[in-house]
Amino acid sequence: MDTANEKPRLVLIGNGMAGMRTVEELLKLKPDMYHITVFGAEPWGNYNRIMLSPVLASEKTVDEIMLNDDAWYAERGITLHKGRRIERIDRVNRRVIAEDGTEAPYDRLLLATGSDPVMIPVPGHELEGVVAFRDIHDVDAMLAASRAHQHAVVIGGGLLGLEAANGLMRQGMEVTVVHLMDHLMERQLDAEAAGMLRGSLEERGMRFRMAHQTETILGEDRVTGVRFTDGSEVEADLVVMAVGIRPNTALAESAGLHCERGVVVNDTMQTYDPSIYAVGECVQHRGATYGLVAPLWEQAKVCANHLAEYGIGRYEGSMTSTKLKVTGIDLFSAGDFTGDETTEDLVFKDAARGVYKRLVLKDNRIQGAVLYGDTLDGSWYFQLMRDATPVADIRENLLFGQAHIGDSGHGDEASRVAAMPDEAEICGCNGVCKGEIVQAISEHKLFTLEDVRAHTKASNSCGSCTGLVESVLATTLGGDYSDAPAKKPVCACTDHSHDEVRAAISRDGLKTMDAVFEALDWKTPNGCHVCRPALNYYLLAAWPKDYQDDAQSRFINERAHGNIQKDGTYSVVPRIWGGVTTPAELRAIAEVAERYQVPTVKFTGGQRIDLLGVKKVDLPAMWRDLGDAGFVSGHAYGKALRTVKTCVGSEWCRFGTQDSTGLGIQLERMTWGSWTPHKFKMAVSGCPRNCAEATIKDLGVVCVDSGYELHVGGNGGVKVRATDFLCKVETEAEVLEYAGAFMQFYREDARYLERTAPWIERVGLTRVKERLVDDADYRAALYARFLESQEVAQVDPWAERAAGHAAHEFIPITPVDAAPRQGVSA
Amino acid sequence: MSWLAICPLEDIPSLGARVVAGPNGDIAVFRTADDRVFALRDQCPHKGGPLSQGIVHGERVTCPLHNWVIDLQSGEATGADSGCTHAFPIRVTDGQVWLDLSGATGDAADDPAAAPVACREAG
Ligand SMILES: Cc1cc2nc3c(=O)[nH]c(=O)nc-3n(C[C@H](O)[C@H](O)[C@H](O)COP(=O)(O)OP(=O)(O)OC[C@H]3O[C@@H](n4cnc5c(N)ncnc54)[C@H](O)[C@@H]3O)c2cc1C
Ligand code: SF4
Ligand code: FES
Repeated sequence: MDTANEKPRLVLIGNGMAGMRTVEELLKLKPDMYHITVFGAEPWGNYNRIMLSPVLASEKTVDEIMLNDDAWYAERGITLHKGRRIERIDRVNRRVIAEDGTEAPYDRLLLATGSDPVMIPVPGHELEGVVAFRDIHDVDAMLAASRAHQHAVVIGGGLLGLEAANGLMRQGMEVTVVHLMDHLMERQLDAEAAGMLRGSLEERGMRFRMAHQTETILGEDRVTGVRFTDGSEVEADLVVMAVGIRPNTALAESAGLHCERGVVVNDTMQTYDPSIYAVGECVQHRGATYGLVAPLWEQAKVCANHLAEYGIGRYEGSMTSTKLKVTGIDLFSAGDFTGDETTEDLVFKDAARGVYKRLVLKDNRIQGAVLYGDTLDGSWYFQLMRDATPVADIRENLLFGQAHIGDSGHGDEASRVAAMPDEAEICGCNGVCKGEIVQAISEHKLFTLEDVRAHTKASNSCGSCTGLVESVLATTLGGDYSDAPAKKPVCACTDHSHDEVRAAISRDGLKTMDAVFEALDWKTPNGCHVCRPALNYYLLAAWPKDYQDDAQSRFINERAHGNIQKDGTYSVVPRIWGGVTTPAELRAIAEVAERYQVPTVKFTGGQRIDLLGVKKVDLPAMWRDLGDAGFVSGHAYGKALRTVKTCVGSEWCRFGTQDSTGLGIQLERMTWGSWTPHKFKMAVSGCPRNCAEATIKDLGVVCVDSGYELHVGGNGGVKVRATDFLCKVETEAEVLEYAGAFMQFYREDARYLERTAPWIERVGLTRVKERLVDDADYRAALYARFLESQEVAQVDPWAERAAGHAAHEFIPITPVDAAPRQGVSA
Repeated sequence: MSWLAICPLEDIPSLGARVVAGPNGDIAVFRTADDRVFALRDQCPHKGGPLSQGIVHGERVTCPLHNWVIDLQSGEATGADSGCTHAFPIRVTDGQVWLDLSGATGDAADDPAAAPVACREAG
């Protein structure tokens, strides 16, 4: 490669998980920017350290846990120095020097030296047979010992110690775990869960010496036993120390970089020398050090972004959760569960089933979670905790799990992903079953939801199976899976989240898509099919009167104002206000259907008539004919107000308490034409018999004698969700105000493609109530903003197109010169 | 090669597409943000979705049916997908778009097995 010398040189010290992840992220952004050299003290390529536990337990082989082999480095032009420890960093001349004298100059240096296992310096700790649990060497040593010997002692009853003990037991050794405290994993578990864990490990044959302190490791050459401070002893041919880790800062310190407990870095992962970056277990960021991969992944992303000179993205620290990778034991813990006077405990215990759950709440929010025996909802609690979602409204059912929240009878058994057979279909849209996903995860070493989407298409369409796919990831990868990082970028074109993009649009007055691309350093020239529709929506919602809608950023349904069907034809749905029509209108629809030879005429679930199988070229003419008969578009294709379903109410029904039909029509007249983050449906029922099924709509009104009950956040889709009760009002005018305000709040707050149901679950009903019910001024302001944006929104797109707008969309090109011409010069 | 005058460049919306009826089915003609044009058979290699109806970004188009992302230059699916749709020679001179349909008249267009070998080996 002759250009290599001209490129800036990036040197990575530490061929481990964080360092190589950073390089991978960098290659995704700027594959050719640097000439990259990697030094690793270990004699292997890059492997998945987390999987050492399954290797020790013989559930995986070393080959299976390699992430990148030599060929991978070679293909990407990366120079890899295996088995070469860097001894010195010469910052003045910008070069690194390895033990064996190998040197490499750098322009940017990346430190990812991980950490060292702590070895308690008791007498005898240097004897043969005393090992740590950190790398392949250690695992080899343990496996060798297990073949030749019988008795193992593991010092340390934390996550790592228990995984080591489990692995050794699986190799047939007799294992005693020694722990200083009187309960296991005290940093992750409360006493109750720790007791249950110990019980089930004892059932499997593990022995424990709790509250024991090691005094001496006995033996001449090889270890023979361990003596404790209380004078007691146990026999041992192998001693594994798993008492903690210490960030490996020696090299950084010797180079004069500022270190405290770890190498100190700022939010862009730079050390005190700005040309030297650091990631992983060796760093200390805002006072914290981390010993799990999830935070390292986030650090790697930010660091790669800065190495690629995009200069955006900050690492702001991570919250972590833990799972124990011992087959057959389900354990999850996250956050702070040491309660005090200001916290409350929710506890569920079923000793017979071996299930224990404890949630610690503070100010109505989850502050810590410990789950034992049933960890299915761990990632959900974690999400609620990270988003600081108020949980007051779901408190009664919180411990029973997500499947029981506002869900009419779905879930539970079905969502027990781990127990699902391989043939079980996970993604209905794309027909992907569990087995395929599991296979793709292991074969292509996938870690993230995005990876799984790219390789299997699961969760790539309607997204309703996202939770299931995440569970499959979690069960397949075990503790390896780092669920969603705190902040999910909109798509691969940017590192910014939906919320950040929206905030920037209003704060910085960004009014065009190009302005957003520029201000937020988009990585692609004109985005992609994921971010452009989202940005188009955000701009429109923020500047309803100033922003020029961009047709090329709309999905075809919205661009062509009809639903695209599987054969490329379209369907046409005229608006029928509140579901009420007339013989003349029906006749007009029938005539249009015949005139254009519509193959299927069908009633929709929302009380409208669907004309299916229309050729695209016919659309404008059909719309003109429908328009002449008084129809406007039903927006059945849009992320917009769809329908307001009604019952006959007091006008006809013997039970009806109010004019539900009339109210539905008023609601639809007020809200039609408004764009929303996802489709939006309403319904009005005349009495609690609820014939219009108002309690599974985004906004439902149930009329009662004394007024109107308002319900929000329902969904009749893949995952049925019943609405939450918002409040009761007395007049129709109030219904209109609340409906407009609710829609506006949703429009301003939710992320694009997030329906009201998941949005409310994410932000919490309390927050919606605070703004809409408790704060009359805020409600009035929302309503005013809604009405203002409606002033320009209620333009019928069909009429515009029938009059010739965007004609190119519907008319194919007829070549001007049907006779082929020869020889046009190049 | 036999070049056919299709339309002036401005008849194709920027980051959009138009459809030309070819002798063996529709051909999608795309225009990128920097005014380059590309022509592909209007059939996604996945399940035949109309690529002309997709969202164009960079030098790619996303199929409207199931979001496969197709490279405009080669007609090949990108990312983890594999498959290819026929690409036709196309160019712009003096604001006029020219398309060469000679490849569309043979069997290649209808018979996927006759598509260029490079296509089928993708991925
Ligand atoms: C057995 C085990 C199980 C684990 N299980 C989990 C789990 O379930 N979930 C989880 O989130 N985390 C788990 N972890 C923790 C996780 O593996 C670490 O957080 C992660 O590997 C840290 O990444 P790193 O790149 O900072 O360090 P490492 O992956 O340790 O990489 C550092 C590398 O730098 C090399 N190096 C150091 N100094 C030099 C030098 N001077 N020159 C050249 N090379 C050098 C080292 O040899 C090492 O290869 C587990 C760890 C172990 C050991
Ligand atoms: S919801 Fe009540 S008022 Fe409406 S049709 Fe049913 S029973 Fe009658
Ligand atoms: S037909 Fe194009 S992605 Fe399926």
